[in-house]
Amino acid sequence: MMKYDVVVIGGGPAGLAAAIEAKKGAPEQRVLILERDQALGGILQQCIHNGFGLHYFKEELTGPEYAERFIEQLDGSGIEVFTDTMVLELSKDRRVLAVSREHGLIEIEAGAVVLAMGCRERTRGALNIPGARPAGVFTAGCAQRLVNMEGYLPGRRVVVLGSGDIGLIMARRMTWSGATVALVAELMPYSSGLNRNIVQCLTDNNIPLKFNHTVTQIHGRERLSGVTVAEVDPMTRKPIPGSEQMIECDTLLLSVGLIPENELTQGAGISISPITSGALVDERRETDIEGIFACGNVLHVHDLVDNVSEEATIAGRAAADYVKQGALSGPIAQVRTGRGVRYAVPQRVHAGGEGKLDLYFRVDNAYRGMRVQLRSGDQLLLDRKKQIMTPGEMEKITIDASKVTGDLELMLAEG
Amino acid sequence: MKSTEMTCILCPMGCRLMVTQDGDKIRVEGNSCARGQKYGVQELTNPERVVTSSIRVMGGQMPLCPVKTKGQVPKSSIDEVLHAIRASKAIAPVKLGQVLLANVAGTGVDIVATANRNAV
Ligand SMILES: Cc1cc2nc3c(=O)[nH]c(=O)nc-3n(C[C@H](O)[C@H](O)[C@H](O)COP(=O)(O)OP(=O)(O)OC[C@H]3O[C@@H](n4cnc5c(N)ncnc54)[C@H](O)[C@@H]3O)c2cc1C
Ligand code: SF4
Repeated sequence: MMKYDVVVIGGGPAGLAAAIEAKKGAPEQRVLILERDQALGGILQQCIHNGFGLHYFKEELTGPEYAERFIEQLDGSGIEVFTDTMVLELSKDRRVLAVSREHGLIEIEAGAVVLAMGCRERTRGALNIPGARPAGVFTAGCAQRLVNMEGYLPGRRVVVLGSGDIGLIMARRMTWSGATVALVAELMPYSSGLNRNIVQCLTDNNIPLKFNHTVTQIHGRERLSGVTVAEVDPMTRKPIPGSEQMIECDTLLLSVGLIPENELTQGAGISISPITSGALVDERRETDIEGIFACGNVLHVHDLVDNVSEEATIAGRAAADYVKQGALSGPIAQVRTGRGVRYAVPQRVHAGGEGKLDLYFRVDNAYRGMRVQLRSGDQLLLDRKKQIMTPGEMEKITIDASKVTGDLELMLAEG
Repeated sequence: MKSTEMTCILCPMGCRLMVTQDGDKIRVEGNSCARGQKYGVQELTNPERVVTSSIRVMGGQMPLCPVKTKGQVPKSSIDEVLHAIRASKAIAPVKLGQVLLANVAGTGVDIVATANRNAV
């Protein structure tokens, strides 16, 4: 049995920032990162485009450069890292079971655990598109890895389903690698991707984007030969009969959403939010099992890695504090969501805290000129007008933690 | 007179701009702030982009190394830049920030590595 003060599961941007901050907060503690891949950096290793770090570093970096800013801080920090090490099980009392190429099967007793396992992509199985299962259907992230890390082009004529950032980025990457992207089809009437990516990935490369469209059929036996694309009714999201159109292609890329990777979390008996698919946490990102914290995409899907780093810093610092001081006590306020707000993180807050409190949230639709309001009973703690809010962009509000005396409600209101 | 429609990408508002060139006068409409004005003029007269890609690595633990143009290059030179990257190879070890192709496609901008790659 090994013993560590803080064990971080996952060595992506969340795990890296959490470990670094834990060690900073308590240099005497033993901090360990467990990563199943052979290298650190998580999904950023394959995100070779730029646009990372504008908020956190005030500078535009590519994914690997952003990761390296954290990886280089490990040198001489005393933080230990096991790569090629997959965590299999986590228990309520913070015992971590892992299998490692170098160390074999290991059991670790942890003072505190930080969950930073990231997310995985939704696959076609979850979407149930009719048709055989020919070669040529990939998730966008899998294609990203093939092209950017292995130098293998999955196909020559491509349709992308979903216009989130990963789909947009991959439409450009495939074009830049010599393929033709015939269409990006988006089920919703808007894209959850950044404007910047719509312009610089699609418009720049003359790639058509169709809203209210989806793939209804996959053609081909051994290899994909084409897909049927149909327009959907914006109200029911059901295909409109007669609008079907066959598009020849040898590759279909799916960019239809990400799901937090929470098998370990559930195994430990931690409560999961049905909306975020991540753990329910307090302002220090502590789950409902004492001493186990969560941050990054395993907690809720982030669009900007900058926010991941910020959140991981909170969780890492709290994990080190927990080892030193034990659990926080005191009354807890729930953060409820009202009109227009799909979810907020954290979901609960200790009343009467110190310093600033950041609440992250997503809206449930595209809104222009609405007000964001935070209420506690009949008291209005915050009231701010926002020109535009979309489900694809995470919003943040900041209040003084000392103002929290009872349950909070976050909602949108007319201008 | 030439009119071009475009989306300003500088903030989430995403204003639809109509940029009109009349001789050497350029008019931007639809912007909600001064930054949009500047963006419209730049995009019409001299659009620039950072290009990212991967380059083959000889003798490395991994077959590719990610790279970028160290600064912006004219949008019209993107194909040539990509072609130049595809036609070259780097030799491991490669250090982040190392110049792998100087003055790519005559743009005056260098291609640099954006990750470290060890030799086998
Ligand atoms: C395909 C894809 C492309 C993306 N592109 C962008 C983009 O262009 N821009 C952007 O801002 N964001 C992008 N994102 C979002 C991006 O994931 C986050 O910004 C950020 O990388 C999340 O960091 P993380 O550390 O939470 O997760 P990750 O980067 O996913 O890291 C999680 C790490 O945990 C490890 N792990 C998981 N389970 C275990 C286990 N059981 N044992 C040991 N290790 C484990 C994984 O191997 C991984 O290294 C993308 C996401 C995906 C999936
Ligand atoms: S014009 Fe101004 S407000 Fe409109 S998108 Fe550009 S930066 Fe934003």
